[in-house]
Amino acid sequence: MTDSKEIKVKEKQEVTTPAEQTIPGLVFTPEVDIFETDKAITLLADIPGVKPEKLNIDLRDNILTITGDVDRLEAADEEFLTLEYETGRFYRQFTLSEVIDQTKIDAKLNLGVLRLSLPKVAKAAPRKIAITAG
Amino acid sequence: MIYRRIFGVPGWEARNPFSEIENMRRQVDRLYQGLISPYARPAAGVFPLINLTEAKDRYMIRAELPGVSSDELDIQATANALSLSGDRKIPEEKSGAKYHRRERESGRFSRVISLPGEINPDKVQASLVNGILTIIVSKAEASMPRQISVR
Repeated sequence: MTDSKEIKVKEKQEVTTPAEQTIPGLVFTPEVDIFETDKAITLLADIPGVKPEKLNIDLRDNILTITGDVDRLEAADEEFLTLEYETGRFYRQFTLSEVIDQTKIDAKLNLGVLRLSLPKVAKAAPRKIAITAG
Repeated sequence: MIYRRIFGVPGWEARNPFSEIENMRRQVDRLYQGLISPYARPAAGVFPLINLTEAKDRYMIRAELPGVSSDELDIQATANALSLSGDRKIPEEKSGAKYHRRERESGRFSRVISLPGEINPDKVQASLVNGILTIIVSKAEASMPRQISVR
């Protein structure tokens, strides 16, 4: 077992989106890891509280937009005693420099972490086209 | 304070240069408090940040713990406190991966949350959904509000 360091506390980063919101509420920047291999770009984002159906990933004109809405969890009879973090929408945009194969994008959401795999377009790879007899 | 009481000089207070500064500081503090949040926000400075709510029969503690699985979490309860500790692991990606951004942090964490009233340590439920930990703590019988009927 390796000696792991202790996590330091970090305030959630609030952002102002370029477009004005129609629904009032707070917007936060998720923390991300992005790494690249020869074949793909992978993005990991911490979006706690976002249900799969409330997550929106959009890629157009090389701009990747991630939007996730967080539902309020507090019941009506609960009263706040301590509020150290606030919840709202997660929003972040990236410009991709590589050409991505849009048909093979894969997104997984597990334990509040989004794992987005963006395969690069294979430039020289021969394309095999399956022919079905009709 | 004591000085003022002993000497009882009228106008002494006004001549004290420190009281002016003290007043100013207090006003600035109040200004900041109003800006941040309507609720008291004690700067715990410890990961994870928590939200604590109270209902008639229970306390609810919530924390954002993305990427932490339930077997990496340890929760212990005493009569008026909860201790929460764990390890957030970020698995190494296969070699050859070139990182462009690395903002997500991994590591150990541990925090003790003291509750304002007595709880029943046997009745603590925890769930981890979509990276959010929710701990439901039942209040102890003695500290629950009792309905008193008027005859």
